[in-house]
Amino acid sequence: MSNTNPLLDVSGLTKHFPIKGGFPIRRTVGAVQAVDGLDFQVAEGESLGLVGESGCGKSTTGRLITRLLEPTGGKITYRGQDITHAGRKGLAPIRSEIQMIFQDPYASLNPRQTVGKIISGPMEINDINPEGGREKRVRELLEIVGLNPEHFNRFPHEFSGGQRQRIGVARALALEPKLIVADEPVSALDVSIQAQVVNLLQKVQRELGIAFVFIAHDLAIVRHFSQRVAVMYLGKIVEIADREDLYGNPRHPYTRALLSAVPEATVDAEPRERIRLAGDVPSPINPPTGCRFRTRCWKATEKCATEAPTLVQVEGNKPGHLTACHYPETADTVPAPRLAKDPEAAA
Amino acid sequence: MSTPFLSLRDLKVHFSTEDGVVKAVDGLSFDLEKGKTLGIVGESGSGKSVTNMAILGLHDPRNTTMDGEILLDGKELIHASESELEKLRGNKMSMIFQDALASLSPYHTIGAQIAETYRKHTGVSKKEARARAIEMLRRVGIPQPDIRVDDYPHQFSGGMRQRAMIAMALVCDPELLIADEPTTALDVTVQAQIMDLLKDLQQEFGTAIIFITHDLGVIADIADDVLVMYGGRCVERGTKKQVLSAPDHPYTLGLLNSMPSLDGAVDVPLSPIPGSPPSLLNPPSGCRFHPRCGFTEKVTGGLCSTERPALEVAEGRGSACHLTADQKRDLFADFAATRHN
Repeated sequence: MSNTNPLLDVSGLTKHFPIKGGFPIRRTVGAVQAVDGLDFQVAEGESLGLVGESGCGKSTTGRLITRLLEPTGGKITYRGQDITHAGRKGLAPIRSEIQMIFQDPYASLNPRQTVGKIISGPMEINDINPEGGREKRVRELLEIVGLNPEHFNRFPHEFSGGQRQRIGVARALALEPKLIVADEPVSALDVSIQAQVVNLLQKVQRELGIAFVFIAHDLAIVRHFSQRVAVMYLGKIVEIADREDLYGNPRHPYTRALLSAVPEATVDAEPRERIRLAGDVPSPINPPTGCRFRTRCWKATEKCATEAPTLVQVEGNKPGHLTACHYPETADTVPAPRLAKDPEAAA
Repeated sequence: MSTPFLSLRDLKVHFSTEDGVVKAVDGLSFDLEKGKTLGIVGESGSGKSVTNMAILGLHDPRNTTMDGEILLDGKELIHASESELEKLRGNKMSMIFQDALASLSPYHTIGAQIAETYRKHTGVSKKEARARAIEMLRRVGIPQPDIRVDDYPHQFSGGMRQRAMIAMALVCDPELLIADEPTTALDVTVQAQIMDLLKDLQQEFGTAIIFITHDLGVIADIADDVLVMYGGRCVERGTKKQVLSAPDHPYTLGLLNSMPSLDGAVDVPLSPIPGSPPSLLNPPSGCRFHPRCGFTEKVTGGLCSTERPALEVAEGRGSACHLTADQKRDLFADFAATRHN
């Protein structure tokens, strides 16, 4: 996957949000280490899934890639061009190539603008005049996302949640982007509608060859949509691999626990492994030393507290399958799950 | 048959609004035994939450018309007075809500909120109630309960708040617990903890649980029986195994087919249910699912759009569909093949 010229190359990406406090002079008293040293690449036309629990930094990562946030450290290279600290002017040509789809289809569309206006907005801002006029292009886009092209004069409130998300997709497609960052694009939708939007995104990805960074907490949907998946925990990538390897041969204890916690709608299948993690995710203000997962890991030792594991191809992994763990899982390790209800372990 | 602990008969909950009457629940019946868990599945607007708020008597009588019968341990609840309901709520029946942060008062400590319920129903001293609150927090797995009892909700994490809510709901050992999407706002690893906790507590106290969710995976984990709701009506019911492995209604089939799994094929598109959920102001005629159903042509005489299919239940199993059993066997045959290989 690490071909010579990836579309997007991220290395050591870090974002710390300062915490201000004190009186009368407010100083920086700490930092929320939302994202701490991420390395990954996205190839052209590829979909990379980012999964993890709330607070693990996946949305922050999406906002850093789109440069809605200024990174604290590290480097973001888009098509060979360093955009880590590019300013307004430097970003202007790239903005049209990297687009975003948001989670909440109610909050992300301006209620006072018609659908036509919303979708042609990006074209106006970038002063793009497609052949045949913007209106024609809007109608085309509405057709691509499966809405009636005659509806370009309607307002967002006239559409259902799933239809609004389609409008959001049309807007992201308006500038023919090369990379779309989709931040939980289906999690606000009803189950029967989610599949409609996932199918639409998949069609867009295949037919238009757009690369995706697909952020979601639903592991089954990510598996369906992304060829490669990165698992994040407390601001770090703990494991990244092709989907077959990640779901079939998880090497990081957290990946394994996460997969075992997903409830599946089958009753007659063989009972699956159940790992119950104790406690909650620690605070990113004051993350554990060494491996950040060690406070909830059943394998943690002294080494885990002192030495942070690096993301490497551990023994037995296929090329491109990287794991950050001192004691990686193997297919036949039987983990000793700690009981989730043990309060002392959680403390 | 012995009388069930909770029994709903043809419950109707209608709201009058400026735009007309919203038929949020339109003829719903079910029974629930003690120690059992009934899972109610449905999309937003299917009437799951409205049903359960009706059981607790939480609807505003000024704009709500309720009809039918709700019997809790033989006691009729629909026409019960507010003071009668007040004695039952929190005591005999209680509820856990989805958003624990919004359901806890930010101005009172966790302990005070748990103790309040207990004092109201038992009339014990403040000291005893506090001891009870600490005991409940310990039981739901809050570390250092004797210290955390004086914390405010914002000092708790999401999972701990949900645990505190469960402690509050169970403080009087209720016989009926209604859990309305209690894990939807939580991460999967925490969700798994909370579901294990509910199962343990149910075994301990023999509580009857109604578990509302839109997630069929959660249902597969926790429920004994399942009731699938669509547009304010029950479209299918049965045991968990019956509903999930051999669905008998096109809507349930569609839901199961539209969900990706952790081991299914990845290169085929998902099969979504077309269209979107119905408006309850102006619901579709006949079967409420017919505008989205792929099998309406198989039914002779266009019954789907004209006549409401009856829910015929035999031994707790049934579905409301005009398709005949033979037709369903043929049409749904692909299901098992596509899902379990």
